[in-house]
Amino acid sequence: MENIPQIPRQMEPKVEVEGSKSSLWGQVWRRFIKRKMAVVGFLFLTMIFVFSFIGPFFSPYTTMGTNPINAHQPPSSAHWLGTDHLGRDVLTRLMLAGRISLTVGLGAMVLSVSIGGILGILAGYYRGIVDQIVMRIADVLMTLPGLPLLFIMAAIMSEWRVPAEHRMYIVMIMLSLIGWPGLARLIRSQVLSLREREFMLATDALGLRDRRKLLNHLLPNVVPILIVTATLSVGGAILSESVLSYFGLGVVPPTASWGNMINAANSLIDFTNRPWLWIPPGVAIFVTVICINLLGDGLRDAIDPNMKGR
Amino acid sequence: MGRYILKRLAYLIPTLIGASILIFFLYSLVPGNFIDGDPNLTAERKAELYALYGFDQPTIVRYFIWMGNLLTGDLGFSLQFQRPVTEVLNNYIWSSFIVAFASLFLTWAIAVVVGVISATKQYSLYDAVITILVFAAMATPSFFLGLIVIKYFAVDLGWFPAGGMTTTGADYTGWEHVKDVLEHMILPVLVLTMLGIGGLTRYFRTNMLEVVKQDFVRTARAKGLKERVVIYKHALRNALLPAITLFSFELPALFSGAIITEQIFNWPGIGAIYMQAFTVRDYTLLMGFTMFIAVLTVISNLIADILYGLADPRVRVK
Repeated sequence: MENIPQIPRQMEPKVEVEGSKSSLWGQVWRRFIKRKMAVVGFLFLTMIFVFSFIGPFFSPYTTMGTNPINAHQPPSSAHWLGTDHLGRDVLTRLMLAGRISLTVGLGAMVLSVSIGGILGILAGYYRGIVDQIVMRIADVLMTLPGLPLLFIMAAIMSEWRVPAEHRMYIVMIMLSLIGWPGLARLIRSQVLSLREREFMLATDALGLRDRRKLLNHLLPNVVPILIVTATLSVGGAILSESVLSYFGLGVVPPTASWGNMINAANSLIDFTNRPWLWIPPGVAIFVTVICINLLGDGLRDAIDPNMKGR
Repeated sequence: MGRYILKRLAYLIPTLIGASILIFFLYSLVPGNFIDGDPNLTAERKAELYALYGFDQPTIVRYFIWMGNLLTGDLGFSLQFQRPVTEVLNNYIWSSFIVAFASLFLTWAIAVVVGVISATKQYSLYDAVITILVFAAMATPSFFLGLIVIKYFAVDLGWFPAGGMTTTGADYTGWEHVKDVLEHMILPVLVLTMLGIGGLTRYFRTNMLEVVKQDFVRTARAKGLKERVVIYKHALRNALLPAITLFSFELPALFSGAIITEQIFNWPGIGAIYMQAFTVRDYTLLMGFTMFIAVLTVISNLIADILYGLADPRVRVK
């Protein structure tokens, strides 16, 4: 023992910190930028965010108030995507709708990841009665068809007389109530296998408290899979929001969302003769969700090359 | 295996009871009632109807009455149709079924072929194009795809009827009627197939890629078998095996109707009827339908587990 040359004290931690950084997230990053499709998706997604959140500031039009003389203009140099039945500029509305749809997608993701993540970790770690309760609830929720469940919740919550501009928060809650069981199941199964690993045995041996075990040791190991699932679930949430809003059960006018803008297609004249009212928001949803899926897919391959495409 | 199935069956009961409780109490929280929907009713007549249909009882009591009837196979009486719910379901499920069946068949047939070819030619141009199409299919909102398809194929080109199940006013019989229905089916089936094909193609592609990497495929190649035989006889079989679970999960979709697509195409299936019943708050029909789907889902999950246990004995050991 004594004969082995000691590594100078100062060097040791430094090497380790650098090593650990480049070995996990650094590698992930290097693998990620190699996936062209994922990078393209990420760049497009950034553009969509800029378009929605910063775009309206550069628009010469407001969507407040109406201008009936200007109603139903086809696309022109003044109104690139024409105007709607109240004379509002469709392009500006499209940007503002993007804010709502993206926020709902992200908000629903954050909520369902929090609920599903916490419950999944608790169920997987404590097992026993906690696990039984959480998983039986998840089972029941997953047995029920999703769309009817959303309709029911929408009908119940519409009774609360939430003002139109706050409806988006209701939609977030609804979507996360549907979304958490799947996530909880996934995280639980991860935790069940992680908790048997040596590093968790070590935390037992060290006599760490549960809080530290869960937050400092278990959680970081679940984060990669959580990031991937979370990314992909944003796309799903945006799609669900659009369906609900299209049927008038989600975000309601005058607040624009991509889904309720497509609602214009319900009037026969707008449907056949004024496609500029409902095709752009549909294309916006389509492009956004494609980009999110490409990004999520790239992240998955980058984070864990072994679970490719699953 | 027998014990395994029994254990799984025992698991179903609490899940179904939980589902029935959730379904009943959620619907009872929904504001509005079919009877309140008629503005011409006097207060006395309303009270009379409430008593007649049992709406005056406390929710808990109503749950047990509903549950009791459910156990005898009685789903209750639809107020909107003035018929037993089972009869209404039976009337509309089959028009949903033919559309769902046609699209399920097409989806699986196309997805297997496209996915497997895509996997054998990994990183080729064909594979890249398919991957892009798959992502496109998974990102399209169903109602928007429906609208676009109607706009181009029905309105602009006029090739197919825009909605409904039969031509209005025409009284076809026999072969003519079948042809008419088929013509109306094309667009909804097209939309459902396009929506479903993305995920499935991707699934078969991944499965195939994984199988091709395994040792027995290398052995087959080393034996000097033709590449065609290796891929389509040895590898394909093993790639298809896990899909039987997926197939079982699709079973409820055959009967549950496609709410959105049926609504867009005005197809008289159970999905469209559900939407209609929801607007008039025909609770017995709504609850009956939701419970029916829940039972189907649970059964198909069980079938998936059993089939998978049969196909891959390693799973059963747990």
